[in-house]
Amino acid sequence: MNSAVTINNLHKRYASVHALQGVDFTIARGEFFGLLGPNGAGKSTLINIMAGLTRADAGHVSIQGHDVIRHYREARDALGVVPQELLYDPFFSVRDVLRLQSGYFGRGRENAAWMDELLATLSLSNKADTSIHALSGGMKRRVLIALALVHKPQVLVLDEPTAGVDTELRRMLWEFTRRLHREGVTVVLTTHYLAEAEALCDRIAILDHGRLAALDSKTALLQRYPYRMLCLSVNDPAPALPEALLPLLVMRDELQIKFRLHK
Amino acid sequence: MTSHPFSNPRGMFTLFWKEVWRFLKVTVQTLLTPIMISLLYLLIFKQVLEEHVEVYSGISYTAFLVPGLVMMAVIQNAYANTSSSLIQSKVNGSLVFVLLAPISSLEFYLAYVGAAMLRGLLVGAGVYLAALGFTDLPITHIGGMIAFALLASLVLGALGIITAILADTYEQLSALQNFIILPLSFLSGVFYSIHDLPPLWHDISRLNPFFYMIDGFRYSVLGVSDVAPALSLGITFGFAALLSAACLFLLKKGYKIRA
Repeated sequence: MNSAVTINNLHKRYASVHALQGVDFTIARGEFFGLLGPNGAGKSTLINIMAGLTRADAGHVSIQGHDVIRHYREARDALGVVPQELLYDPFFSVRDVLRLQSGYFGRGRENAAWMDELLATLSLSNKADTSIHALSGGMKRRVLIALALVHKPQVLVLDEPTAGVDTELRRMLWEFTRRLHREGVTVVLTTHYLAEAEALCDRIAILDHGRLAALDSKTALLQRYPYRMLCLSVNDPAPALPEALLPLLVMRDELQIKFRLHK
Repeated sequence: MTSHPFSNPRGMFTLFWKEVWRFLKVTVQTLLTPIMISLLYLLIFKQVLEEHVEVYSGISYTAFLVPGLVMMAVIQNAYANTSSSLIQSKVNGSLVFVLLAPISSLEFYLAYVGAAMLRGLLVGAGVYLAALGFTDLPITHIGGMIAFALLASLVLGALGIITAILADTYEQLSALQNFIILPLSFLSGVFYSIHDLPPLWHDISRLNPFFYMIDGFRYSVLGVSDVAPALSLGITFGFAALLSAACLFLLKKGYKIRA
């Protein structure tokens, strides 16, 4: 098996929602992979099944060739997950949770240097002894990234890492994930922002209503739709448009004008 | 690393240590308060009842009371440790960090129950040692004392995990705690012998698992009991096996925590 993530005919049904309806795809080792889709498309369910946080009703997922149920130890050891929400245990400091997480993965003192490196790289060194409770949202998100990487996973999943994040932290996250990718980590990124997927990912899957709506390389996917949309918000409810723009107009209401442009 | 149920001992020990560390960070709440509450019971009942009640001939009421209070402290604190830790991490979401790690259900169970047993035993030992300041206590069977304390804290540690898995909110957990665990522990013969109860209540008491833990422990300290100590040991052991099996089953299924 040479794939980082294999997803095979995956189904998951909650009480009233068929969250995943037979999803199938493979992520190659070393890829920077984007998982896009609107809210409720099934992205988080898919990630939770990959991480063993949710059980699928049917189908299989394996990480680096290890089935997430039958060989959960190897699969979890190969996977790092940065959750979407800012979760933390209020009892402990940054260094404490990092050491605990390292221990949960069976790592001992030999991992101390890597933990220090993570703290330094994520600019957390001077907050190492602070309770996570007292950190800002951006700092908490960095802690989540450090926790996901503490056992040096080969596959890193970031679940909407830049939602609600300021531009500086977003740039830092982009640089950091690019660096990990260069160093050989397979990165799986879910996002709402097309621009983010465009800037970072080699290949993109689009989920919609629990089904794979598209899966292709970034360039192929972008070529498939050769237009750009331009949406203008205007103060004057009825501006006169120049004749030349009229063929490009696709939508117009009182305060919004939308054009479709060729690339 | 393989998927053998017991191949990440460091992971298990780290989780055990995290659970111990958690209660050691708030020792006033987790160790000192329960010891003080037990001593208050002892002080009040000693003052009011010492001269009026003799449950077993030749044994003072205070001496009768101590083993029950020790065991009640063990029971309540072992239960509180797993149930409160697990519901907190479930509600604030930080349980995810444990669930993402390569830790088996058996390792998870042993870590949580082990920490609960340690807290139960520390509080129980604290109550016992402090009670020596109030009355003389024999030790009839030290092995029995240890066995009953270990088994009872194991039963309650496992029960704490089960209830925290089943409960979705603090409110539901506290309902289970205050309407089931608390009455069962108070109505278990801590303050009286069930032989002094009317027949109906006597029979009902014999359905209460906590009664056997307390009666067996009291036998191990004082050498007197309401039922045969071997029966109490057997029933307590049976409950330990039953609740451990139920707990492991839920953990393995991922019931509610890996929904």
